[in-house]
Amino acid sequence: MTAFLQIRNLSARLRNTGHRLLRSVDIDLPAGVVRGLVGESGAGKSMIGKAVLGVLPASVEIVEGEIFLDGHDLLRMKPAERRRLIGASTALIPQDPLTALNPSRRIGPQITDRLVDILGWTKERARARALELLGEVRIPEPERVVRLYPHELSGGMRQRVLIASAFAAEPKLIVADEPTTALDVTVQKQILRLISELQARHGTALLFVTHDLGVVSKICDSLSVLYAGKVVEDTTVDAFFAAPRHPYSAALLAATPRHNDPASSLRPVPRDVLDAVAAEIAAADAAWSRHG
Amino acid sequence: MLDGRGAIKRRAGARLWLSALWLGFVALCAIFAPLISPQDPLAQDLMLGRLPPAWMAGSEPGFWLGTDSLGRDVLSRMIFGARVALTVALLAGVVTCLVGSALGLVAGFYRGWADRIVGRLVDIWMAFPPVLFAILLIAVLGTGLTSVIIAIVVIDWTRFCRVVRAETLNQSQMDYVQSARIAGFTRLRTLLSEILPNVLPTMVALLTLEMGIAVIVEAILSFVNLSISTDAPTWGGMIAEGRLAIHQAWWVLVFPLVALFLTVLSFAQLGDGLRERFDPVLR
Repeated sequence: MTAFLQIRNLSARLRNTGHRLLRSVDIDLPAGVVRGLVGESGAGKSMIGKAVLGVLPASVEIVEGEIFLDGHDLLRMKPAERRRLIGASTALIPQDPLTALNPSRRIGPQITDRLVDILGWTKERARARALELLGEVRIPEPERVVRLYPHELSGGMRQRVLIASAFAAEPKLIVADEPTTALDVTVQKQILRLISELQARHGTALLFVTHDLGVVSKICDSLSVLYAGKVVEDTTVDAFFAAPRHPYSAALLAATPRHNDPASSLRPVPRDVLDAVAAEIAAADAAWSRHG
Repeated sequence: MLDGRGAIKRRAGARLWLSALWLGFVALCAIFAPLISPQDPLAQDLMLGRLPPAWMAGSEPGFWLGTDSLGRDVLSRMIFGARVALTVALLAGVVTCLVGSALGLVAGFYRGWADRIVGRLVDIWMAFPPVLFAILLIAVLGTGLTSVIIAIVVIDWTRFCRVVRAETLNQSQMDYVQSARIAGFTRLRTLLSEILPNVLPTMVALLTLEMGIAVIVEAILSFVNLSISTDAPTWGGMIAEGRLAIHQAWWVLVFPLVALFLTVLSFAQLGDGLRERFDPVLR
């Protein structure tokens, strides 16, 4: 069976400087599977999510590669068709719940608009669905909450609303872009559990962008480790935490803080590992430019 | 209970009510001008020239705020002048707001060549001294109410355009705009339902401010005799006439000036008050 989302050999660069942001990225994500995208800031994690959802900034261009969503080649579709496909089969759980809801509109329509206007549901059905989902993410009194404005809810509540909104249209794929980074630790845990629970219940494929390996170990089935826009390791979570294959992955894992062993944790990634990865990337770039 | 928020809210409320009260009063005067004005605003009587207001020695009954050099009743002229001031404020304000905001929204949201064209136009416009530009326009269009309104729209649309464009740019960066795009909404729909509601409070604040400015511009044009026909009562025209006799009859200048001042101030305060009331983030 082919994966629901297939990214093949995807490269992207900044339009004006030519700086490469993604280097021949390959990612497979079958239906119902959770894949973590891990890496440092600027490694291109979010960029992959944006490319899949068709919202790359205008300054970024895709140089080569393919993105297949449900067997459709996204980059070769007509924009209107692509919009429809992405709108009907994907959703985003954004990073910052404070800016992800429109402050001047009530919660209810922000969830139901898409169901009614894009998917053609009736108003009553969309409303019932919104209330059902808000119940699923354990928001008390959903009937009251749909009439509120975002500023009347806490950050954690808003993130729950966004999760409900993402799952409302039964998308096949959800991109979660560091959904817990902006929340405090106790709320983070609840939100992660919620996402994991809803993902399992709805059988959604989840692309989970994060820099937190602890989060990956809790929620993901497989993961891709990115460095400078290149996937340096693609493996299952169990295999990764047992024995990471790539030296950079190993160093990243060693840099994770552990409360029971503070002395040996929090190690910065060693210089020679970074140099080795940089050399690897330079070699790949050289090969790529010869071939291009 | 009185926390900081409550105190701010109450003060904004008082400002809002006071300014609304004054503007409502002016509006009533304008609407019912023929019914309430004690004298014919155009009737001249040189025998009654430069009569002082009612509470001063030498006043005549029926001329509450005195008369000007030609014996015309100051109060009646002010009441009829309110008609011109408010008509210009409303029409010029609204049209300027619509034109400027539409261009600002398009430039800020679609960017690209639309933004470049609008941006250059704004730059060119900003290089003209506005009052001179208005006088030039009136000279070309001829005097009259329509010309005054056109002149205000043409010189002041950039005020809305710049602010609305900046605000639109700001809103376009927000995650909820991106979410709307992912959900599959068209660009126009995203602009109208996600961005416009958030720009609206700014537009309302600017609109009321612009109404005040329109009143001033009309007064300036009247002052230089370029507004509507010369003997029609306008506040600016009265100020211009009163200026000539300020030592003999200060009331001809001072009363319209106070009305103008209060009206412009009220528009500005109303704008701030409304913004605080309707901005969901500030609320």
